[in-house]
Amino acid sequence: MKAAMKALPLIALLAVALPPDAGAESPEEKGLAIAQEMDRRDRGWGDQRAKLAMILRNRQGQESRRAIRVSTLEVEGDGDRSLTVFDSPRDVKGSAFLSITHATKPDDQWLYLPALKRVKRISSANKSGPFMGSEFAYEDLTSQEVEKYRYKWLRDEALDGRKTMVVERYPEYEHSGYTRQIAWIDGEMWQVVRIEFHDRKDALLKTLTMKDYRQYAGRYWRPGLIHMVNHQNGKSTELRWSDYRFGTGLGERDFDRNALKRAR
Amino acid sequence: MANGRDARVRAGRAVPRLKTGACFRLRRVRVEPGVKQSRAVLAAATLLALAPSSGAVELSGHLAFEPRGFTQSPAHPGQNRHGLSLAVQPELHHAFDDGRQSLLFTPFLRLDTADDGRTHFDVRELLYQRVFEASELRIGIGRVFWGVTESRHLVDVVNQTDLVENVDREDKLGQPLVNLTLIRDWGTLDFFVLPGFRERTFPGREGRLRSEPFVDTDRATYESGAGRQRVDHAVRWSHAIGDFDVGVAHFHGTSREPRLRPLPVCADGRPALTSGCRPAGAVLAPRYDVVHRTSLDLQATRDAMLWKLEALHESGPGGSYLAWVAGFEYTWFGIDESGTDLGLLVEHLFDGRGGNAPQPLENDVFAGVRLALNDEAGTDFLAGVIADVEGDATTLSLEASRRIGERWKVELEARAWIGVEGDDPMFPLQRDDYVQLTLSRFF
Repeated sequence: MKAAMKALPLIALLAVALPPDAGAESPEEKGLAIAQEMDRRDRGWGDQRAKLAMILRNRQGQESRRAIRVSTLEVEGDGDRSLTVFDSPRDVKGSAFLSITHATKPDDQWLYLPALKRVKRISSANKSGPFMGSEFAYEDLTSQEVEKYRYKWLRDEALDGRKTMVVERYPEYEHSGYTRQIAWIDGEMWQVVRIEFHDRKDALLKTLTMKDYRQYAGRYWRPGLIHMVNHQNGKSTELRWSDYRFGTGLGERDFDRNALKRAR
Repeated sequence: MANGRDARVRAGRAVPRLKTGACFRLRRVRVEPGVKQSRAVLAAATLLALAPSSGAVELSGHLAFEPRGFTQSPAHPGQNRHGLSLAVQPELHHAFDDGRQSLLFTPFLRLDTADDGRTHFDVRELLYQRVFEASELRIGIGRVFWGVTESRHLVDVVNQTDLVENVDREDKLGQPLVNLTLIRDWGTLDFFVLPGFRERTFPGREGRLRSEPFVDTDRATYESGAGRQRVDHAVRWSHAIGDFDVGVAHFHGTSREPRLRPLPVCADGRPALTSGCRPAGAVLAPRYDVVHRTSLDLQATRDAMLWKLEALHESGPGGSYLAWVAGFEYTWFGIDESGTDLGLLVEHLFDGRGGNAPQPLENDVFAGVRLALNDEAGTDFLAGVIADVEGDATTLSLEASRRIGERWKVELEARAWIGVEGDDPMFPLQRDDYVQLTLSRFF
C-alpha cells in the first residue's frame, strides 16, 4: 500500500513521458516504453572515458584486483563501440578489447595480444562466459540496446527509499546465459539500480546492485559502485568506476583495429 | 586474458630440414647482431632523456626464470641434459602531445647456461610513433604481426624469427623499419621500408634442439650484393568486411627463411674450399635469397566458428611455389558451471616445395585442443599434434599456464617427437623431447 502511494508521483511522471494512451497499455508495452524512455534520456553523450577497478572476492573473502580503462563511443541507430584496455594483472597489461556492438545482429569483437602484437578477431558467441574470471559475464558489460530484450513491466515499488519501476526482460540475442532478468529502475534517474539474473534453469544466479550515482554533464547519471553477487558459487565482484569524462572528442577512428593496436 | 584467449597457440614445430652429416668440433658460435645494438641502446637512452617532459616515462616488463630438462641423453658431445635460462624484457614507454606521439624502447636479454647460441641480446622495439587523423607513422625498430592461423605464422614476414627462443617460431627479432599507415573507408594500407636485414638465430653447436650438422651463422651468404644492408619493401592492405577480416600483402626483399646448404669444413672448422685442407666434416650455411612474395590472410568469424586461411606465392632464384595453412577454430563456450571453454583447432599445412622446403611442414595436419578455465588465475591448457600426412613423424606439444597473484605467472611447456625416421627432416630432434617450466615476474 505504501509502495503504491510512493509510486503515485511516478505514474504522474509516466503520464508526461509516455504517450497519452499509456494507461491502457499492456505490461509488455509498458515495459518496452520504460526501456525506450531510459534510452531516450541517456542519449546524446557522444563519448565517454572512465577508469575501472575490479575487485574479485571468493567464498573465503580472498581478493584479487584488475585495473581497466574503458572508452565508449555512442553510435546513433546502432550499438555503441567500446575499447577496453587492461593495466593489471600485469601479465595482461597492454591487452585490449574492441567491441562494435549491434542492436540486432551479433557484435564484432577483436582482441589485441601485446606479446605477439597480434590483433585477433574473436567470436562474440561467448555471451555467458566470465569476464576476466569475474562474476560478470560478457553480456552483463556490453551495450544495452533496447532491441536486445523483450520486456514486461511487473510493478512499481520502493527500493531502499527510492521509487522504482520493476521490469522483467528476456534476452532476444543468441547464447545468453539467462532466461530472464528482473531490473529495478529508479524513477528519477531512469537508471537501473538492481538486477536479478536467472540462469537457464530459471534459478536465481546473481544479483547486481548499482550505487553512488552521480550526474555528469548536467544530464547523464553514472554509478560509482557496482556489485555483483553470485548466489550459486558464493563469489562476488565489485566494480569501482572513477574519472568519468564526457565529450572528450573521440571519434570512430579511436575505435578501429588500428586504435586497438596502439591503445596501451 | 579474458577467456584465456591470449593463450598463444604454440604448436610444436621442428628446426629446418637438414642434410645428414658428421659432427665436428668448431669454435664457439657468436650471435651476430643484425643492427648495431649498442648504438640502438644509446639512441634509445637519448630519445627518452630528450622526451618532452609532459607525462612520465612508464616502465613495465617481465623477468623470467626458465629451467628446461630433456628426457633423453644428448646425441652430440658438449650438449647438456638440463639447462637454466634467465630472460628479462623491460619496456619503457613515453607518450606526449596528448597521446598523438610516443616513444617505445623494449630491450631483451637472455642468459642461458647450456647454450652460448641462446645467450643473446636484442632490441625488440625502439620506436617513434606519430598518429595523425587518418594515418600513422612509425620509425625505428619494431615488431609487426600479420596473419590468422595458429600452427604456423606463414604470412608474417616483416620480422625475423628468433629461433633460439622457441622452436614454435613465435619469438621475433626487432626489425628496423619505416611504416606509414593510411586509414581509409576502403581499408588500411601499410607501407614498409625495411633497411637492415636481421639474420635468423640458430642454436649453437652445444645447444639442444639443433640441426645436424649444426647451422653456423658466421657462414651466412646473401643473393643480394648489398648483403644485410639491402633495403626491403612491403605493402599490405587489410580490412574488416562484415564477418571477414582480410589482408593482402606483397613483400620484395631478402627472405627471412634461409636455405641451409652443407659446407665442407676442415678439422679446425675453417671452410675446406678456401683453406685447401681435406674436408673433415660439414656445417650448414644459411643462404638468404631475394624473393617476391604475395600473400593472403583471411578469417571468417561465424558464431563460435573461426575459419582461417593463410596462403602465399613466392618466387626467387630457386623457382616459385605456393604454400598455405588452412583450417578452423571452434569453441564450445561454458561447458561447465564455472564457465570453462573448450576449443578445437584443426589446420592443414602445405608447402609446394615438398621435400626441398627449408622447413619440415610440407604436408602436415595440426590438431589442437584448448581448455580455458576462465578462473581468476586465467588457467589455460593447450595440447597439440602435428602429423605428417605422408609419413609417421609426429610432434606432440602441451602448454599450460596460470597466474599466481597479481604479478607472477607459471607456464609449463613440453614437446616430443615420435615416429621420426632417419631420413625425416625432424630426425635430429628425436632425442630432444623436453619439459620446460617458466616462472615470470611482471613489473
